[in-house]
Amino acid sequence: MKFTSLLTSAAMALGLATGAMAEDKTKVGFVYVGPVGDGGWTYEHNKGRLAVEEEFGDKVETVFVESVPEGPDAERVMTQMALEGADLIFTTSFGYMDPTINVAKKFPDVKFEHATGYKTAPNVSVYSARFYEGRAVQGHIAGKMTKSNIIGYIGSYPIPEVIRGINSAYLHAKAVNPDVEFKIVWAYTWFDPAKEADAATVLIEQGADVILQHTDSTAPQAAAQEAGNVVTFGQASDMSEYAPFPRVSSIIDDWAPYYIARTKAVMDGTWESANTWDGIREGMVAIGEISDAVPADVKEEALALKAAMAAGEYHPFTGPIKKQDGSDWLADGETADDGTLAGMNFYVEGLEGEIPQ
Amino acid sequence: MDLGEINPVLLVASLMVAATPLLLAAIGELVVEKAGVLNLGVEGMMIVGAISGFAISVETGSPWLGFIAAAIGGAVLSLLFVLLTQVALANQVASGLALTLFGLGFSALLGQSYVGIKPPSMGDIHIPLISDIPVIGPILFQHDPILYVGIALTAAVWATLKYTRVGLILRAVGENHDAAHALGYKVIKIRIMAILFGGACAGLGGAYISLIRVPQWTEGMTAGVGWIALALVVFASWKPWRALLGAYLFGGITVLQLNLQAAGVAIPVEYLAMSPYIITILVLVILSADKSSAPASLGRTFHASH
Repeated sequence: MKFTSLLTSAAMALGLATGAMAEDKTKVGFVYVGPVGDGGWTYEHNKGRLAVEEEFGDKVETVFVESVPEGPDAERVMTQMALEGADLIFTTSFGYMDPTINVAKKFPDVKFEHATGYKTAPNVSVYSARFYEGRAVQGHIAGKMTKSNIIGYIGSYPIPEVIRGINSAYLHAKAVNPDVEFKIVWAYTWFDPAKEADAATVLIEQGADVILQHTDSTAPQAAAQEAGNVVTFGQASDMSEYAPFPRVSSIIDDWAPYYIARTKAVMDGTWESANTWDGIREGMVAIGEISDAVPADVKEEALALKAAMAAGEYHPFTGPIKKQDGSDWLADGETADDGTLAGMNFYVEGLEGEIPQ
Repeated sequence: MDLGEINPVLLVASLMVAATPLLLAAIGELVVEKAGVLNLGVEGMMIVGAISGFAISVETGSPWLGFIAAAIGGAVLSLLFVLLTQVALANQVASGLALTLFGLGFSALLGQSYVGIKPPSMGDIHIPLISDIPVIGPILFQHDPILYVGIALTAAVWATLKYTRVGLILRAVGENHDAAHALGYKVIKIRIMAILFGGACAGLGGAYISLIRVPQWTEGMTAGVGWIALALVVFASWKPWRALLGAYLFGGITVLQLNLQAAGVAIPVEYLAMSPYIITILVLVILSADKSSAPASLGRTFHASH
């Protein structure tokens, strides 16, 4: 009896002590879907984390867990982070949406930020980047660069974020090259180099000479390099080790400013649940350097397109656009609203195949 | 949907690449099981081979050294299995499972600093003249050297088991270790050699994934190929050429289902994704109807005192 009460008080004292220590530092947790060295999606989120550390130095402590599967495991990892005293937790993949909401309910004092989802709560914000703006630039270059008129697209999961990218790339490729055709393979993974390499090889064998990917590894780049005459684009990160060819440009996600701002808000006590969806204009989406493998005039057009989006003069989804089944979606000059874009579950006219359900 | 877009020549060429890791691992395990040992650690040895091969070829710049290191890595891990099952006489099933779990974790640890790095490329062999023959050229004569090693190994294992004295002794040990022991053969020693050979082959298979097929390193990248290799040995009735057939069938359907998807065939992706497993098992089960049975001493522990 005495012994156990001694233990309890010791444990309490220890808890108080660490609690007191934790108070000076803001603890920020990150949950990653892939390894930090994937060279793509997770790599960029981790760069954001490092930027937070650099910005606030001793005032902040960051922790991260990599390669967390989307599902019950994610919930366990988040709970652990919250229990260890994290003040702010970034969960960086679409599949963490429900786990984030569930864990947030249990820890009302911990702030959560979920990337690319749409469910919010008083202590859960969502944030995402308008990747489809980058896809417009990619589609433009792809449409100009393809000689076989076949563009291969490696999809991850059939979710709105990915479908938006396919539609945006297709519309802009079609605009400069009416004969262009998209071949889409669903890999059902965010990160699996073996599967991604297989998918890329198959697309190349079926005549694609441009490969767009919405998966996170550099394996498709390697497959394209092997093939020799296939154009690729960096996804989520610059992937510049494959430049100037096959990688001719890239979409880069820059999370650092957002992560710094949100951490600051938690420190100042001004954090509020928000829904952030930033694009090229705000700098959350950047276009990686367009290499010399792209003809100068195409590069110029692509940069002009980027500038128009940065200035807010051009929206990648501007009518007239029909849906795949031929029904009208956007009238002439009309632009898509964020609600439709956020839940996009249809292909635009001209794309072949069905979206897996 | 347009099936005409699938190029059969390229399909066959890439199915051979997809099948090679499976074939290498299966041939190694076949020899191990012929010697009467059931090593369920194939997956673990493959993944350790994958990272040892990757690390060494990145550090030295030579894919060949990488493959040698992979074979050594796989064999070293199988040494642990030797220690457990042949020296300490532990249960083979449990030891093999432990080996796989250990291998997966250990390789992840070794691979920490190798994620996202590009390995040196091995390049394909291009034999002038014959590699330019239409159809046959791209299928048979334009591959990387290790793919040919896999086929050569199959032939060598087949010939050794069937025609040589070494093969006869190995089979004797696997069929009835007490009788082999009574004849004066060193059962434990022969089994140790077989297990090391199996480990080296699994290591090569793993490195084929990390150095040629993908080529990249990721945690857990063998993704169950070792388990399929194990099943393949059983369904191939412990016959090398059937293992080759099974591996090509599996590799072929894996590649074909992606091709069908890209060609826009309206079959749900989930069915396509499970088809390689179902069809390979079906075909091999039908083939194994000829009552060829497992080595009689498979999985049984041997001790000279029994």
